[in-house]
Amino acid sequence: MSALKVLSSPHQHSQKSLSQLMLAVCLATSLGLLAQLYFFGIGVLIQIVLAISTALACEALVLKLRKRPLNTTLKDNSAVLSALLLALCIPPLAPWWVIVIGTFFAIVFVKQLYGGLGANIFNPAMAGYVLLLISFPVQMTSWLPPAELMPIQLSFIDQLSLVFTGSSSAGLSLEQVRSGIDGVTMATPLDTIKTDLSKGLTVSESLAQPIFTSFAGAGWQWVNLGYLIGGLYLIKARLINWHIPVAMLSSLGLCAVVGIMIDPDTSAGPILHLFSGATMLGAFFIATDPVSAATTNKGRLIYGAAIGILVYLIRTYGGYPDAVAFAVLLLNMAVPLIDFYTQPRVYGDTKDS
Amino acid sequence: MSNLHADIKELIYQGNWKNNPALVQLLGLCPLLAVTGTVTNALGLAIATLFVLVGSNVTVSLVRNFVPKDIRIPVFVMIIAAFVTIIQLLINAYAYGLYQSLGIFIPLIVTNCAIIGRAEAYASKNTPILSMIDGIMMGLGFGLVLIVLGAMREILGQGTLFDGAHLLLGDWATNLSITLYQVDNAFLLAILPPGAFIGMGLLIAGKNVIDQQIAAKNKTTNTATRAPRARVTSMD
Repeated sequence: MSALKVLSSPHQHSQKSLSQLMLAVCLATSLGLLAQLYFFGIGVLIQIVLAISTALACEALVLKLRKRPLNTTLKDNSAVLSALLLALCIPPLAPWWVIVIGTFFAIVFVKQLYGGLGANIFNPAMAGYVLLLISFPVQMTSWLPPAELMPIQLSFIDQLSLVFTGSSSAGLSLEQVRSGIDGVTMATPLDTIKTDLSKGLTVSESLAQPIFTSFAGAGWQWVNLGYLIGGLYLIKARLINWHIPVAMLSSLGLCAVVGIMIDPDTSAGPILHLFSGATMLGAFFIATDPVSAATTNKGRLIYGAAIGILVYLIRTYGGYPDAVAFAVLLLNMAVPLIDFYTQPRVYGDTKDS
Repeated sequence: MSNLHADIKELIYQGNWKNNPALVQLLGLCPLLAVTGTVTNALGLAIATLFVLVGSNVTVSLVRNFVPKDIRIPVFVMIIAAFVTIIQLLINAYAYGLYQSLGIFIPLIVTNCAIIGRAEAYASKNTPILSMIDGIMMGLGFGLVLIVLGAMREILGQGTLFDGAHLLLGDWATNLSITLYQVDNAFLLAILPPGAFIGMGLLIAGKNVIDQQIAAKNKTTNTATRAPRARVTSMD
């Protein structure tokens, strides 16, 4: 019987070993990462270093407690990838303990307590992100304005000290750094629209804000473009299937088109939905996590499309400006059901039996 | 007499550990998860539940021979509801602050399956004295879990212990409140329901680990005397 033992996912068909695959995915984020570095400063890198070192330490600790082989598991780079994805979602100058708590939860609770790589139901990075978002809403929404709109330029030392002590070398707090001279806090594009709508402005009035310089919000559009290109590379290199990202992006875009046709005053257009927030990162790097996503092709289409719809619904009607993490976690729960109903027909079996 | 002693010992072990209503039977989870945000709330609910459990167990046991089998459940529910009403009025009168912070979860003790579970499984088949002891032990086991979970969540979430104890115990208890560490940002997750679920999971896991270690210890002491047995069937 043991010869027929079915291994749990990921069952990706690729010549690459697991650790090479994970590393390739990490590298594919580099364009978006560079854009993030350019627009939001070196703080992004500080968060990544913190996240990866925490992840490796936590993984080693749990593996030791579980008496599992240390080296092979640590070298598979899956913890590194989870940590990297989580760090990319964190505001770059968030206090150091935010990312440490988030990574600890992601690795120890969401990944290892469920049995380690391949057995986790939820996407570790996104579960860690949601934990942080509901626990520390202030820190988790303190995004910097993109560099071109930054009132004060921060040096590396400033950013380092903001992350670790909460104030820059000149003694300014993160809140002061973000708001600049006129005291108006800059927010992310999605946040801006949400706030403006609640103030009774229309979307077109909101789009006149300085954060919307070109098609989908300063900085963010380039970050999203970067992840789009990285994601296309992943599909080209056959590291991920096209089903999930295509389904997710098209359903999100479709929802946005319908929304803007019905109510143009309070709906952000499809371009804005597709190129702001975590859309691209989510579609190509997060929703495609081979362990927690659906595993049949039909199932992947359903899974991706449902995520897209949920993202649109939560962004439009929910309390939070962005929704990729919530949508992915909700669909993670539905994966066993989706997989059950979309099992491909066994070769030789008739359709109606 | 020694028989009674053995019974009581067994009840203590069953209620607090082996068959703990919260950790093993997983009964009464709704109030358990909902009100354990602070130790004070947990303690208040623990005392209320203990009182109701003892009262209902004794009463059910007293009337067990007069209640027709077919309508026993409604009768048990009425008895429990009567005790819950008493405790609700008492808390309302003497601990109004706690009454407000426990809110709907006091009347909801009626629906706590741990109570009707004991009435059906134990009190309706045993003598009043044993039923009373069973009620106390089950109540204690449930209360202990409530308090431990409340302490975990309060320490993680607010960095305090016994915050607001004066609501339950009177003005002298204001000094009981201990601030372990000062936080600018409460760790909201610990106070929110997900934190309760995670904390509960950790407690259950902790209990299972202890049980396993005890079992492993017993096994190592016993293996020497037992002959090795060939395993003929295998699951995998």
